[in-house]
Amino acid sequence: MKRVLEGSHAVAEAVRLAKVQVISAYPITPQTHIVEILSDYCSTGKLKAKFLRVESEHSALAALIGAQSSGVRTFTATSSQGLALMHELLHWSSGARLPIVMAEVNRALGPGWNIWMDQTDSLAQRDTGWIQFYCEDSQEVLDTTLQAYRLAEEVNLPVMVVLDAFFLSHTYEPVDIPDEKDVDRFLPPFAPKFQLDTANPCSFGQLVTPAFYMEMRHDIDRAMDLALVRFGEIEEEYARIFKRRYGAVEAIQCSDADIILLTSGTVTSTCRLVLKALRDRGEKVGILKVKLFRPTPAEQIRGALKSAKKVAVVDRNCSFGAGGIFAQEVRAALCNLPGHPLVYGYIAGIGGRDVTPELLEEIYWKTKNSEVPEKESVWMGLQEVAHGTQRS
Amino acid sequence: MLEIRFHGRGGQGTVVATILLAKAFFQAGYQVQSFPFFGVERRGAPVEAYVRVDKEKILLRTNVSTPDHVAVQDQTLLNSIDVTRGLKPGGWVLINSPAPPTDLKPFEKFNLAWVDANSIALKHRLGTRTHPIVNTPVIGAFARILGMPPIEAIVSAIREDVPGEVKANVRAAEEAYKAVKAVKQAKG
Repeated sequence: MKRVLEGSHAVAEAVRLAKVQVISAYPITPQTHIVEILSDYCSTGKLKAKFLRVESEHSALAALIGAQSSGVRTFTATSSQGLALMHELLHWSSGARLPIVMAEVNRALGPGWNIWMDQTDSLAQRDTGWIQFYCEDSQEVLDTTLQAYRLAEEVNLPVMVVLDAFFLSHTYEPVDIPDEKDVDRFLPPFAPKFQLDTANPCSFGQLVTPAFYMEMRHDIDRAMDLALVRFGEIEEEYARIFKRRYGAVEAIQCSDADIILLTSGTVTSTCRLVLKALRDRGEKVGILKVKLFRPTPAEQIRGALKSAKKVAVVDRNCSFGAGGIFAQEVRAALCNLPGHPLVYGYIAGIGGRDVTPELLEEIYWKTKNSEVPEKESVWMGLQEVAHGTQRS
Repeated sequence: MLEIRFHGRGGQGTVVATILLAKAFFQAGYQVQSFPFFGVERRGAPVEAYVRVDKEKILLRTNVSTPDHVAVQDQTLLNSIDVTRGLKPGGWVLINSPAPPTDLKPFEKFNLAWVDANSIALKHRLGTRTHPIVNTPVIGAFARILGMPPIEAIVSAIREDVPGEVKANVRAAEEAYKAVKAVKQAKG
């Protein structure tokens, strides 16, 4: 049934439908609405889960590592500084092969203190062994959260479902809430491959010498490769039941495009309008939406971009000194492809600034009219500032 | 696509007004999007919230900067905020006020409507004398001047969503729907 819901509420509905058993969280804007709703569900019995209120995000994830090790389905949500505080335990969760699912609401890191949209918080965790999905609308957030449990539990890796601060988390729009019986068919109760069990005592997280550690790491990397395959299959199955499919990437009118705009999150949605407007004027333009960030769907990215002349990557994030993070990933995916398109990086919409159709068009024309990229990433829409910290 | 901006003060139910209006439009068969100004809300401080309405799925994911219509839940905001900022010429400005503003100059490019939502809210005991909750009468009045969504959709959104005082809110919305006064003054 379709209802007008807040993006945060769409996450909470997915968690309810997934019959999560333990939730642990610490509040931080703009994630708070998600766990507010879930704590309400837990107190009224709408969701039969244990809700743990803890004193920090570090403890929130530590508690889930304990809970998940005992063989139950778990959930947490955070943003920005909260995710940064979890960093050590992000590594621990993947290393321990725990299929924890987290909703991560993209928010800028301070200082300057800023509660608005920015992808740097989650992208900075790219090497922690978490699978990461970037969502375009609230329906995708709900669907992806359900799929995340299936994927996490099949490959024994944690999954981050990432959504844009405010543009998704605080926006109401129509969302189809799946029927519980259908979800039960798609997502059976969690069957742990290993767990702490008093009847069968064992210990996790022991010292691992050079004789075995490397094989364990290799196994995580293999699980990431497997995740890429499994995600496709899980989506197939989801589409059969719920008639919705998104893809690890979505190539929109890419086959005859000279210039492809590469986007993620809600920017993709706005960009679809720009695509239509430019196509109506005869421009040969396409969009490559990247939803799955880890594991990198490199083959699919190469496949979609191979016949284009130029790729314009819109990054709502920055790795200082190296430019936009999606742009780096795309360059890495393309570099061994003979005759690959030129990659133009653009940084836009940092700290909650709008990425408007006008700005996206400007990016398109700038790309079309420059023979070669002027630098790794060009910052778009900057204001003139009178002074900075640099001495001239 | 229609873009609507609501002005109010923290505690007046401004965000809820836009959610209810979005739900009413959705029930009337439209695609909707509604969101507050992305900021930190404080009681009494000016707040803004928005609704987008379209026949097709709404793809635009930006703030609303050039609304088609505006509703003002608190007339004292007229002294401190330019409520017509970015408003498209010919758009409606609905003000919660017993009378039209004395200075009509700032509104000459727009159509003006007013409704005494404070009195209606108090009559139906919504909120208190110092803090009447005016959102349901304001959206009732708004539905009338726009000619959509139908008042039945507003009533049904209130029934679905308002946690308490459902009857009083429905009556207040219906009363404001009837009581709103308007002058079409925009030229062309």
